[in-house]
Amino acid sequence: MRLPRPRGPLAERVLGVLHGEQDPGGLRDLPLPPASSSVLDDADFQLTLWVLYELHYRGFDEIDDHEWDPDVIAARGQLEVRFEAELRRRTADEVRRVLEVDEDLMHRIQRLVSTIEGPNVAGFLQREATVDQVRGFLARRSLYHLKESDPHSFVLARIDGRAKTALAELQYDEYGAGRPERLHARLYAEALRASGLDDGYGAYVEQTPATTLAVNNLMSLFGLHRRLRGAALGHLAAFESTSSLPCRRIAAGIERVGLPEATAAYFHEHVEADAVHEQVAVRDVCGGLLESDPGLLPDVLFGVAACLLLDVVDGADLMGEWTDEPSALEERTAS
Amino acid sequence: VTEPLWRAFSRSGQAVPLRPCDDGPVLARDAAVVVDRAGTEHEVTRPVVALCTCGKSQRLPWCDSTHKVVRPR
Repeated sequence: MRLPRPRGPLAERVLGVLHGEQDPGGLRDLPLPPASSSVLDDADFQLTLWVLYELHYRGFDEIDDHEWDPDVIAARGQLEVRFEAELRRRTADEVRRVLEVDEDLMHRIQRLVSTIEGPNVAGFLQREATVDQVRGFLARRSLYHLKESDPHSFVLARIDGRAKTALAELQYDEYGAGRPERLHARLYAEALRASGLDDGYGAYVEQTPATTLAVNNLMSLFGLHRRLRGAALGHLAAFESTSSLPCRRIAAGIERVGLPEATAAYFHEHVEADAVHEQVAVRDVCGGLLESDPGLLPDVLFGVAACLLLDVVDGADLMGEWTDEPSALEERTAS
Repeated sequence: VTEPLWRAFSRSGQAVPLRPCDDGPVLARDAAVVVDRAGTEHEVTRPVVALCTCGKSQRLPWCDSTHKVVRPR
């Protein structure tokens, strides 16, 4: 994957350094957006953070190794402080309310799921979306699904006991349960190819909207900080708990607009897989973590709420796009 | 006591315990095969599977989360 083009002054500064064209000293004091503005829909901010996180995954063709460069890490840290602060601020009320009620984790998560509810993206895809809108959606999701489950793998080394065994079991299933041809990221690549879309890792990043970049960055933020391991696993539980039913609707939408069965197959697989993963993620992964470390409950619930919040924000952005002019992504992927 | 909807067995033929999840599915870990009441065998390809208990799944014996629609909390 090549480094993307910048979308503003922040990315210009960081990409300039990564390309070796600017002094790394410039990373120590970044031109951050004003404190009053949200960074969740700030494309310059989210793209910059995404590039910095990607150094910990597959990296970029143009650069050998900046992963642990102190200036680069310092830049990432400045963005993370802003990102996490906004996420905490915007989920604080919901998390506090759920903590006030004494009930089990499954019910607390269900309570958050029903309070932080966004637009019905899956329902729109099932019943109304055009074929180009479905293709745009698939491309938008590709940024994550081509490295599906990777952010949560970082957490494995940070936990122990029952939670570790359960997370490993869940990830084993995500990674094909011993069969490389069943790797979920590979199934998604096949789904893209079958619909005539680019299955290259990060192929659509330049057209990917800020809110979708934020959805991806959230998982990396949680996965790459040991301190946030509770939030990472709460995120996993929320993600898995809100996946199975929507996947069935998305598969139905893919079939309705006449895209190939190989594309729908990915979502059919997730109807079944995520019905299992929901139970394992809540009961064994998060349940196991809290059994050994009950003090992490607020963090687990923060992770749940942050996952749901960004789903709402990204869903609203997507629905807005669908009722406006075709987006850059839709134009690039139009059949 | 009613007969369970499903029985699960490991590769060596041992009965695999089914773990209930409140008003959701039952989980079977390390099963090789799931057998329904009619005796039909369903091959297991996952490390752990969720088996339908509401009877409304469109992918029996596997849970497809329909219980959330049928009996919402």
